[in-house]
Amino acid sequence: MTDAIVLKYEISPDDFTRAGEASSDVKGKLKQMRVAPEAIRKVAIAMYEGEINMVIHAKGGEITVEITPEQIRMILADVGPGIPDVELAMKAGYSTAPDEVRNLGFGAGMGLPNMKKYTDTMEIETELGVGTTITMTVNL
Amino acid sequence: MTAKDVQDVLKCRVLTGEEFLDREVRSACGSDMMSDVLAFSKDHSVLLTGLCNPQVIRTAEMLDIVCLIFVRGKKPDDTILAMAKERDLIVMATGHRMFSACGMLYQAGLRGGAI
Repeated sequence: MTDAIVLKYEISPDDFTRAGEASSDVKGKLKQMRVAPEAIRKVAIAMYEGEINMVIHAKGGEITVEITPEQIRMILADVGPGIPDVELAMKAGYSTAPDEVRNLGFGAGMGLPNMKKYTDTMEIETELGVGTTITMTVNL
Repeated sequence: MTAKDVQDVLKCRVLTGEEFLDREVRSACGSDMMSDVLAFSKDHSVLLTGLCNPQVIRTAEMLDIVCLIFVRGKKPDDTILAMAKERDLIVMATGHRMFSACGMLYQAGLRGGAI
């Protein structure tokens, strides 16, 4: 097995305009690597939703993307407030985003459900007051 | 149909991407909520929105949207247009309201995704 290609991104908090830059960069790199378009699309959407969440709910964090010939793994680690009720947060339409976020076109309660929908596996580790780490994989 | 047909139906002004108007479009989605747009994922699609911020361009990028239409006479600023240009995206604007714009495209034969 060949070594994984690893990409790392710092996600800065409170900068909604720049949210999505990391996902955009990953998308471009996967295209250069000639990854299948459908897989790129899944990774791009899932990571973008996650990146937006990190900006909206947490104080930023770090995204690591590992690419092997078999799969793409995204690890989104934030130092935010944690998710009190993961099951509830996974429900389509449930949102805790403030109104100003809704005015920007997000906060419809579709973030986590979309991330699950577009990935092959998704695991959420969260601790109140400490942070949340979401690990998602897309098979190639 | 092509992006040019869409332009004709809605009498749009093209703000950037004039050179790509012969691109094919196969479906459309109309929403001001980007998460709802992201839940919908189709190739070769048109996005109609009244939301005017950089995240609209990023959403379009993630979904490989061909053509973005700002409805209700919304005018994206230069930063937004520069981002669109960088991504080879067609951006148009129409004075029509969302409901009318979607209806006109539907009547012209464009459809949404399956539910």
